[in-house]
Amino acid sequence: MLGLTTDEPGGAAAELERRRRAPAQRAQHLLHSHPALSPAIILLLTCVAFTLLNDRFAAPAALSLLIQQTAIVAALAIGQTLIILTAGIDLSVGAIAVGSSMLAAMLAAEQGVPAPIALVIGVAAGLAAGGLNGLLVTRVGLPPFIVTLGTLSVFTAVVLIYTGGQSVPGADLPDLLSWTGTTFPIGDFRLTYGVVIVALMYVVVGWALSRTAWGRHVYAVGDDSDAARLAGIRVNRVLFSVYAVAGLIYGLAAWVLIGRAGAASPNAIADANLESITAVVIGGTSLFGGRGGILGTLLGALIVQSFAVGLSLAGVDDQYRLLAVGVLVIAAVSVDQWIRRVRA
Amino acid sequence: MTTTRIPVLAARGLVKTFGRVVGLDGVDVDVYAGEVLAVIGDNGAGKSTLIKCLTGALVPDAGTITADGAEVAFRRPQDARDAGIETVYQTLAVAPALDVASNLYLGREERRPGILGSVFRMLDTPGMRSRAEKAVRDLGIDTIQNITQPVESLSGGQRQAVAVARAAAFGSRIVVLDEPTAALGVKESNQVLALIERLRENGLGVILVSHNMPHVWQVANRIHIQRLGRSAGVITPSSHTMAEGVAIMTGAAAA
Ligand SMILES: Nc1ncnc2c1ncn2[C@@H]1O[C@H](COP(=O)(O)OP(=O)(O)OP(=O)(O)O)[C@@H](O)[C@H]1O
Ligand SMILES: [Mg+2]
Repeated sequence: MLGLTTDEPGGAAAELERRRRAPAQRAQHLLHSHPALSPAIILLLTCVAFTLLNDRFAAPAALSLLIQQTAIVAALAIGQTLIILTAGIDLSVGAIAVGSSMLAAMLAAEQGVPAPIALVIGVAAGLAAGGLNGLLVTRVGLPPFIVTLGTLSVFTAVVLIYTGGQSVPGADLPDLLSWTGTTFPIGDFRLTYGVVIVALMYVVVGWALSRTAWGRHVYAVGDDSDAARLAGIRVNRVLFSVYAVAGLIYGLAAWVLIGRAGAASPNAIADANLESITAVVIGGTSLFGGRGGILGTLLGALIVQSFAVGLSLAGVDDQYRLLAVGVLVIAAVSVDQWIRRVRA
Repeated sequence: MTTTRIPVLAARGLVKTFGRVVGLDGVDVDVYAGEVLAVIGDNGAGKSTLIKCLTGALVPDAGTITADGAEVAFRRPQDARDAGIETVYQTLAVAPALDVASNLYLGREERRPGILGSVFRMLDTPGMRSRAEKAVRDLGIDTIQNITQPVESLSGGQRQAVAVARAAAFGSRIVVLDEPTAALGVKESNQVLALIERLRENGLGVILVSHNMPHVWQVANRIHIQRLGRSAGVITPSSHTMAEGVAIMTGAAAA
C-alpha cells in the first residue's frame, strides 16, 4: 500500500510530462517530414499581416510586382539549394550570373554575334563556371566554401576586365536577350516571360530531385557522403553534376536578369550570394545537407520579397526589412537544429 | 575444404597502410561458394580493413584479388557490387534521411517502364517499395515493420537489419558482413544467423566478421584468425575449440 502511494506521483508525473511533450513532438515530426511547411506558414502569416496593414498588398498589381521581383533570386536559389543539399555552399552565384549576362550581351551588342548564339554561349559559360567549381571540389578536394570564395573573386575580376566595367545599355541589346522582361497579362496579373522560365526551372529541378535516382543520390550524398560511397553511389560524379547544373541554372537566370534590368551591368545583383542563401535557409533546407528542397526555397524567396514590398507599402523604412530578414534567418536555422534532433 | 575447387573470391598478399599505421600486412584469404568463412580478431587486428579491401571500399597498396579465378581490381564499392558482392559495413552505410525502401535500392534504383522511365527518368517508387517489403519479409527480418519510415527514426538494431536485408537481398555471389549482429537482440541475432545459413544453402559465399565466438562456432565452416594485421591461421570449428581459437587470436598459442 505504501509502495503504491510512493509510486503513484512518479508515474503520474511521467504521464503528465509525456502528455505535455506529445504535441511538441508531433509538430517536430511533422516539420521533419515536410520541410516546406514552416516557410509556407510564415509566408501565409506575412501576407495576412501585410494585407491587414495595407490592403493594396493583396492587389494584383502589388502581387505581380512581388512575383517579378522575386524571380531572379528565386532562380539563383535553385542552384544554391542543390549545392546546400550536398552540404556545400556557393559564394560565386552572383559572379557567375553576371558573367553569363555580360558575355551574352557583349557578344551580341559589340561583336555582332547573332542573338541566339550569344545567348547559348552566355548560358554555356555559366555551365562551365559551375563545372569548374565542381572540378575543384571533387578533383582537388577543396571545401566548397573556399572554392567558391576563390572563384567569386576570379569570376568578378574576369568580368570587370572583359567589360572594362561598362554596362551594355538596353538600346543596344537584341530583342531575344531582353525578351524575358516582356510582360503579358493573366487575368488582373501581369507576369513576364522571365517568370515563366523560372517557374519551368522549378518544375524540372523539382521533378529531378523528387522523382529521379539522381535526386535521391543528391540527398544521400548530402546526408552522409561516406555512407553514400559505401552504398555504391559515385559521390564525386553526383557532386560534380550538382555544381555544373547549378552553373547552368545561373546562366539561365542571367537571361532573366537582363530582361528584368532592361540592360546588362557588371554591377548587377551585388547581394545575390547572401540573398540566395537567405532564401534557401528560410525555406527550411539544412545547411548540414541532405534535408530540404526547392519548394521551401521558392517560399523563402517569396517571404523575403514580400517583406520588401509589404514594408514599403506600409511606409516603413527599408532597414526594418533587413532586421526582419535577419531574425527570420536565425529562427529558421534554430528550427532546423530542433528538427534535426528527431532521432529514435 | 577441397583444394581442387576455385575460390569464388580470393586474395593474396594484401597490404594496406594508413600513413605509418599498418592495417594489413600481407594477408591471404580464400572464400568458396557455399561456405561461411568467419573472420575473428582483436580490435584493430585489421578485420574491417580486410573486408574493405575485398569489397572495393579501400584500394590495397599491394596484393591481388581474384573472383572465380580471374584477377579483379575493385576501385570503388560499385565495382564489387557489379561483381555480385554485397557488403554490410561496420558503419552500416545507410542514408539516414531516406526511408527503408530507398535505402535498400540506394545506388540501384529502378525506373518506371516506358517513356516515364526512359525519357523522364522517373523512379518506380511504388514498385521498389512493394519489392522491398517482400524482400524484407522473405528474409525473415521482422524488426523492420514500416518500409516507408526514414532510417534515422529506427533503432540501432533496426538499422543493422536494414543493412543486412540490403546485402542479403541483392548478393548473388558473396555476402560480406562486418559485425552484423553487434547491436541486435538474441532473437534478431538468431534471425541473422539463420539468414546466413540460408545464403550458404543457396550456394553463396559468406564472409562473417564477428566478436561473438558462439555465433562463429555455430555457423562458420572455416575461421580466418586475424592478428596485428596478419593472418594467424585458418581453423575450423571441429579442429579447434573456442578457447583454442581465442588463444591463437590473442597470441597465446600458434595455429
Ligand atoms: N582510415 C583509417 N585511417 C587510419 N588508420 C586506420 C584507418 N582504418 C583503419 N585504420 C587502422 O588500421 C588498423 C586496423 O583497423 P580495422 O578497422 O581493420 O580493425 P578491426 O579488426 O576491424 O577492429 P574492430 O574489431 O575494432 O572493428 C587499426 O590500427 C586502425 O587504427
Ligand atoms: Mg572493424
